[in-house]
Amino acid sequence: MKLNVNGSTHEVDADPATPLLYVLRNDLELNAAKFGCGLGQCGACTVMVDGKAIFSCLTPILLLEGREIKTVEGLGTIDSPGPMQQAFIEEQAAQCGYCIPGMMMRAQALLQSKPDASDAEIQVTLEPNLCRCGTHMRILKAVKRARELMKTAAMAPASGERKV
Amino acid sequence: MTAPRFPNVTRRNLLLGTGALVVSFSLKDHAFAQEGELNVPAKPPEPVAAGPKLPGSLADTPSLDAWIRIDADSSVTVYTGKAELGQGTKTSLRQIAAEELEVPPASINLITADTAITPDEGFTAGSQTVQNSGTAIRNAAAQVREILIQQASGKLQVPADRLKAQNGRIVGPDGNSIGYGEVVMTDMLHVDAQPKSKLKSPDAYEYIGKPFARVDIPAKVTGGAAYVQDMRLPGMLHARVVRPPSWFATLKDIDTATIKAMPGVVAVIRDGNFLAVAAEKEFQAVQAMRALTGLAEWEEKPRLPNEQDLPAVLQKSESEQGVVAEAGGDFTGGVKTFSAQFMRPYQMHASIGPSCSVAHLDNGTMTVWTHTQGVYPDRKAIAQMLGMPLDKVRCIHTEGSGCYGHNGADDAAGDAALIARALPGRPIKVQWMRDQEHLWEPYGPAMLTKVSASLDASGKVVNWKYDLWSNTHSARPGSAGALLPGQLMASGYPPDKPVMSITPLGNGDRNAIPLYSIPNMRVLWHFVADMPVRVSSLRGLGAYANVFSIESFMDQLAKEAGADPVEFRLRHMEDPRARKVITTAAEASNWSNEPMPEGRGRGFAFAKYKNHAAYLALAMEIDVDKETGKIRIPRIVSAVDCGEAVAPDSIRNQTEGGIIQSLSWTMYEEVNFDNTRITSSDWSTYPILRFSAVPGSLDVHIVDNPGSPYLGVAEAAQGPTSAALANAIANATGKRLYNLPFSPARVKATLGV
Ligand code: FES
Ligand code: FES
Repeated sequence: MKLNVNGSTHEVDADPATPLLYVLRNDLELNAAKFGCGLGQCGACTVMVDGKAIFSCLTPILLLEGREIKTVEGLGTIDSPGPMQQAFIEEQAAQCGYCIPGMMMRAQALLQSKPDASDAEIQVTLEPNLCRCGTHMRILKAVKRARELMKTAAMAPASGERKV
Repeated sequence: MTAPRFPNVTRRNLLLGTGALVVSFSLKDHAFAQEGELNVPAKPPEPVAAGPKLPGSLADTPSLDAWIRIDADSSVTVYTGKAELGQGTKTSLRQIAAEELEVPPASINLITADTAITPDEGFTAGSQTVQNSGTAIRNAAAQVREILIQQASGKLQVPADRLKAQNGRIVGPDGNSIGYGEVVMTDMLHVDAQPKSKLKSPDAYEYIGKPFARVDIPAKVTGGAAYVQDMRLPGMLHARVVRPPSWFATLKDIDTATIKAMPGVVAVIRDGNFLAVAAEKEFQAVQAMRALTGLAEWEEKPRLPNEQDLPAVLQKSESEQGVVAEAGGDFTGGVKTFSAQFMRPYQMHASIGPSCSVAHLDNGTMTVWTHTQGVYPDRKAIAQMLGMPLDKVRCIHTEGSGCYGHNGADDAAGDAALIARALPGRPIKVQWMRDQEHLWEPYGPAMLTKVSASLDASGKVVNWKYDLWSNTHSARPGSAGALLPGQLMASGYPPDKPVMSITPLGNGDRNAIPLYSIPNMRVLWHFVADMPVRVSSLRGLGAYANVFSIESFMDQLAKEAGADPVEFRLRHMEDPRARKVITTAAEASNWSNEPMPEGRGRGFAFAKYKNHAAYLALAMEIDVDKETGKIRIPRIVSAVDCGEAVAPDSIRNQTEGGIIQSLSWTMYEEVNFDNTRITSSDWSTYPILRFSAVPGSLDVHIVDNPGSPYLGVAEAAQGPTSAALANAIANATGKRLYNLPFSPARVKATLGV
């Protein structure tokens, strides 16, 4: 079946019951979404589908044909990081970093639909995502920083700049 | 802050390196345990060789070329036996080496823990990385720099004292210079380090103590391969283990033909009570694991103690008593005596990413990629388990998610190796499921403490008796019996016999001795050898429960003495650095005794980690909702002194993390079990702190001491945080909590609502 991931279409040969997470990580060799629990309890696997944050560990690919899937890899690259990535680098918002891609995607979904989300909304939105290293304060700072960077990016002329 | 880029040295081009200095290591082949975590009786001290001890880990691996290599193209490679665990090691060690070698940190290739190429530095634990490895690298780098200068002196015909190292070159007075690569010669660095090095003085620092972006973060936030979980080798199979439903369970006969017939399944491996499946695709392995779990029948044994009776169980199981400290001997003085009892339940590491490992048996050599904290000890355990010679097993550290001590990493490495042995030629990736991590990792031991102390008429503590009941906090590998697969396999290696070990560095007794000046003191460890629940090292070891007890009780005594808790601590504190950290935290938080609104309270606590590492004090303000028992934390202010602050942002990051993790332990965490099974199997049955509970603000003030020795910091916050919270609750409500965790139900019960 066909999956649309980060703007390109991939032909995937997998059991339709396979959770998206395994397809992203193995078939498409995308590292960002992480296995944390497989139970919808930790958010390490969070990606966006049609602009909404979902648990990829619980979502079988059979539900996803024709829908737009976005992962951290779709936010920018190491040479040209997107605003959300840039914000996490600037704030040095990681210890082990394992939970971070899931945090970024949940925050991205919020700020894409609500660019002026309040600090409190950011905090409430991140509730499903766990961090064991205790990086919470920096994650919150990074998402607030991303809120600013995303606005600047949205205002900049599209001179070949990446738009997220 | 911008992130510098670092060249990525692959092991391949390293091993094929054609530089002038081909490394020939003189590594000692013994694995040593982390200090304070010896799981074998400490060896009698060997006669010390004449001459002073070499600094840091140079004492065990003295050859300079074991740490630093310089190639003909002037590129610099630094080796460390320590691993990146999310604490920023890869960055801070580069800063240290760069400082003395006079090269930009970004130009350094850093190779971390790998039994084939790096020094044996035991475990990456106990906040020792900068202290041990950093000290070794710093001194080795300074000595290498001086050797290069000596060598250049001959070539440039300029006396050495008129030359200096600068940006990868040796430069003379009139600007003539020569690159490092041009002066190195074969085996030039294959010499033992000297006890003394010409270290740069703090006022000349370019990199140490300067803000510096972590090198690993850009890849981690852009989908780069960063963890062992991200490894994909050609022909790799995905494996899953099927664990028993409970400890002591044995597997009955099982016919796995139906499993073997499932799509993609390549093998079902059974070895005694060890059961696993390997498949072409990951989800096929998961489905086969589920089917196999349904098929397997186990004989279970109800051998776990009653969870409600833990304090009594610990006291009943005492097998040995050890004196941790004894001073004075007059326990009759004082005008009033007080006592209290504290309890800490079993708690988990509970890493966000369940343990994972890749193993490959190729041409008779077993290579294991693992997020273990000790590649050398892990190699030893795996070699013993497989009956293979040590030199046929190679363990390479590859990051996993944060571990905070001895979690499932080593066991998963053992699992992968055992499965790989059955499938030679195919790399095997084992990924534990969430419940496997929760149920099978070794927990931080339950602890019971009792303290009694007397105040004299002037409000000073004149005597102090402290008793603690605890298992060992160290069951790390070294032997096959420390690995789950080693225990489960048919040839079943028994777990190592727990041994009480009392050293200045502490184990269950870590931080059991109060740093306060108390003339008469007696501290006993009632050792519990029996371990019905598997335990090992969790961040801070005994320090968490001991500091919780001591600092809660100091607060109680302050109240009895009618004193301010901060002033009361200072009254008993002589160490000037401790006083400084205490006053810094108090001032930064505007500590006062002004009454607060209903339900709000402030709490303070202090500890010097291990009594010889970082000093940390913190103050917090909290709100207690009497109706729900819920605690909100508007503000935390902390101060920390860890000697010379090499990487201030990393110190801040680790301290923030330690405080938040300790809040989670303290407010929520407790492993539950019935008489047969552990019942805390996931995040709903073992809840941890979520975003709704993070403090409103959290400040970390670093008290820097340039030029003074590095002190381990990563675990310093665990103990004081718990006590500050207990003290704040007591301040807010007039009621004190003695048993961890402070769950809403327990808070409500204590308040009697
Ligand atoms: S891995 Fe999907 S929610 Fe935990
Ligand atoms: S940074 Fe390690 S789990 Fe969040």
